Amino acid sequence: MEGCSKTGEQACPQLLDLMAKERREWRVMRDGEASSSEEKKLELRLGPPGGEDKRWSLKDSTNRERDAHHHQYLLSLGYFSSTNNSNNNGFSFLHHHSSRSLPVMAKESSQPCCTKVADLQSPAEKKAFLSSAPAKNTAVPNSSQKRTAPAPVVGWPPIRSFRKNLAGASASKLPASESPNDVPSKTVNEKPAHEPGRKNPFVKINMDGVPIGRKVDLNAYDSYEKLSAAVDELFRGLLAAQRDSSAGGIVNKQEEEKAITGVLDGSGEYTLVYEDNEGDRMLVGDVPWHMFVSTVKRLRLLKSSEVSALSREKFGNSRQDKILA
Amino acid sequence: MNYFPDEVIEHVFDFVTSQKDRNAVSLVCKSWYKIERLSRQSVFIGNCYAISPERVIGRFPGLKSLTLKGKPHFADFNLLPYDWGGWVYPWVEALAKSRVGLEELRLKRMVVSDDCLELLSRSFVNFKSLVLVSCEGFTTDGLAAIAANCRYLRELDLQEIEVDDNRGQWISCFPDSCTSLVSLNFSCLKGEINLTALERLVARSPNLKSLRLNRAVPLDTLQKLLMRAPQLVDLGIGSFVYDPSSEAYIKLKATLVKCKSIRSLSGFLEVVPCCLSAIHPVCQNLTSLNLSYAPGIHGNELIKLIRFCRKLERLWILDSIGDRGLGVVAFTCKELQELRVFPSGVDNAAVTEEGLVAISAGCPKLHSLLYFCQQMTNAALITVAKNNSNFTRFRLCILDREKPDPVTMQPLDEGFGAIVQSCKRLRRLSLSGLLTDQVFLYIGMYAEQLEMLSIAFAGNSDKGMLYVLNGCKKLRKLEIRDSPFGNTALLTDVGKYETMRSLWMSSCEVTLGGCQTLAKKMPRLNVEIINEDDQMEFSLDDRQKVGKMYLYRTLVGPRKDAPDFVWTL
Repeated sequence: MEGCSKTGEQACPQLLDLMAKERREWRVMRDGEASSSEEKKLELRLGPPGGEDKRWSLKDSTNRERDAHHHQYLLSLGYFSSTNNSNNNGFSFLHHHSSRSLPVMAKESSQPCCTKVADLQSPAEKKAFLSSAPAKNTAVPNSSQKRTAPAPVVGWPPIRSFRKNLAGASASKLPASESPNDVPSKTVNEKPAHEPGRKNPFVKINMDGVPIGRKVDLNAYDSYEKLSAAVDELFRGLLAAQRDSSAGGIVNKQEEEKAITGVLDGSGEYTLVYEDNEGDRMLVGDVPWHMFVSTVKRLRLLKSSEVSALSREKFGNSRQDKILA
Repeated sequence: MNYFPDEVIEHVFDFVTSQKDRNAVSLVCKSWYKIERLSRQSVFIGNCYAISPERVIGRFPGLKSLTLKGKPHFADFNLLPYDWGGWVYPWVEALAKSRVGLEELRLKRMVVSDDCLELLSRSFVNFKSLVLVSCEGFTTDGLAAIAANCRYLRELDLQEIEVDDNRGQWISCFPDSCTSLVSLNFSCLKGEINLTALERLVARSPNLKSLRLNRAVPLDTLQKLLMRAPQLVDLGIGSFVYDPSSEAYIKLKATLVKCKSIRSLSGFLEVVPCCLSAIHPVCQNLTSLNLSYAPGIHGNELIKLIRFCRKLERLWILDSIGDRGLGVVAFTCKELQELRVFPSGVDNAAVTEEGLVAISAGCPKLHSLLYFCQQMTNAALITVAKNNSNFTRFRLCILDREKPDPVTMQPLDEGFGAIVQSCKRLRRLSLSGLLTDQVFLYIGMYAEQLEMLSIAFAGNSDKGMLYVLNGCKKLRKLEIRDSPFGNTALLTDVGKYETMRSLWMSSCEVTLGGCQTLAKKMPRLNVEIINEDDQMEFSLDDRQKVGKMYLYRTLVGPRKDAPDFVWTL
């Protein structure tokens, strides 16, 4: 390890020293290059050209100073200007890379874009660039600060949905896509199976009034409460979007999204029911969780007003009778 | 100016296989153009909207193998609405109408319907190979059609696809007469599969070299399949759930020892318990190992496994391996050429700059990297650049957006600068972390071979993008998101975009007016504005910022299948 676990101040000189050792040998082979010490700095730091040895001593400079001078150098190199082509004095960086023409300079005459780029070289620009450079080194620029919001963002980190859906319980750290344009068969993050659960753990779940259904992995949960929370998570956004589109208003996700609660006890706007392996529609929550998982075929969120006809008393007992028989 | 008869030239061209070379050959003179086009068998179309199927068929009537790519890369990360485009049906339809004897179709990021698969299966007698990567839009019914109708099918390869799985019966649709299978990969399917049919299929496929199973294939079936196909070179294990004392497991261990041909291993979609000692005998010959779909394997188990893999050339793994595990990789896998470390989502099990530095020091042949990590330092990147200047692909993703070097709190400009300066053959680069315009200056200066660049949350001003556009002469694909590049950058060199395949910019500073200007100046570009939020519907204000813009060169003008929310300017 190159000591990268140490502080930056310590690590950088070490690395530079290593480079220096190599470069020394290389320097001997080249003829009379007075400024190869700059080259070795350049190799590492893309630093400035020669002349100012004292200023550029390796051990003394702080990062900040280096960067400031660095920016200065780049401008004075005339990366964008046409006048420095023939100026070899101290521009060892150019020498060193003489075989590789800096793209902009080589094609200057033929491409109009280059003159535009050269325009960036106006003195005012130079100063602006310089004066802002130290600021960049010390403070996070304003625009960056704006962007470093902790809120999850669509498409970050950049991994395919296919991968996101594979990860285990810890996958809650990977922000699932917030886009409502999910492919319909999108699945919920699943835990690695601790025992062989049901053969196909994914069941469809639909919600009254929402045209697009979801799929849930029942092996990812071990209780009705967790399932209920997942249901809320899955449909909250979709429901809000649905409400807004029917109201014709402007979507304001933060205000419009209400939690979907009370799906298990009939107290909420929606109630969770399921279709079992015998084709019957049942209220969720009556049987032990494992039994539920092994018999459920699909889930549905009905409006509680519709469910009132199928009272809990009526259904629950008869189901339990079936089991005990 | 031919000194040889056409047949001789054609024979010489047979040895010219790369598309780039064949394209070059076709430009020499009219006669070579004609000979080349009539003898070309394999065509690669990087953007399905750059050309029409009719024109491709017209130019290459001898076409046997077609590769098509549809959606832009950022579609993989849900940045593109579901029905933006990329339907392959028109291509299959046009090919079916023509007299092209299509044998191979490879698709990436395209929408494939069941109807399309059905048409494909019925239209080409000699169809041999279907490879779908990151595609969507079909169900197992479509697969059933392929299985049933393609009599000489050799390859059916589905990678990273979310398929609506209706039934597991498609595998039974392979007729008994189908004995030609060489490669079968259905690892991404989520549903049941008819195990008996699968066993019989494998039993009658003596040429089967590659088999990747899905999670519905249990251990005892795996063992039976391995017994039937000891010649397998590439194995994807679906479910690795077992009882260590069971006969099935003991049998499997014995069978695995006999599988001396296996060079590539993947899958492990379910692993319980977490011990992989049964696999150890296979490891010594492995050149490719993909455990990136296996979050169930703990770091320690991974490390134990890696110690046996001395010949590994390709490794895809989750960050649960940790820096320590990467150290073991660096120590053991001296032949390593490609490494991909994906995030497992577990905070304390991530990798940092230490792992990368170890790898760069220990694996001299490494040239392709995809690395998701918690943090990175300039010093580490500079060291990596010093250790290894072979990188052709360098994709670094620091999970915290815009995170600076945690030691110095500096942007990572210098680190990436060192990489591009050192790696002269770099073709693909993805940036992350805190970055200023400076890094783009370095990229423009040094990355001469760069063909694809991915930028996210980086840069300070238009200068950044301009450095890249001016400097990278070989740039083909540029994709930018959430970076402050605006109209000046976009419009300074409009000619550049015709030398590239495509440009994506989302959540940047370009305005509708800027895009319109560009579209007016460059008629051979399709400048698409993707407008999901209906924001722009009510105001055609030029100064309005564009949410998503995707532009690409094309020979056939605006596409006719664009949905309502896509405006081609």
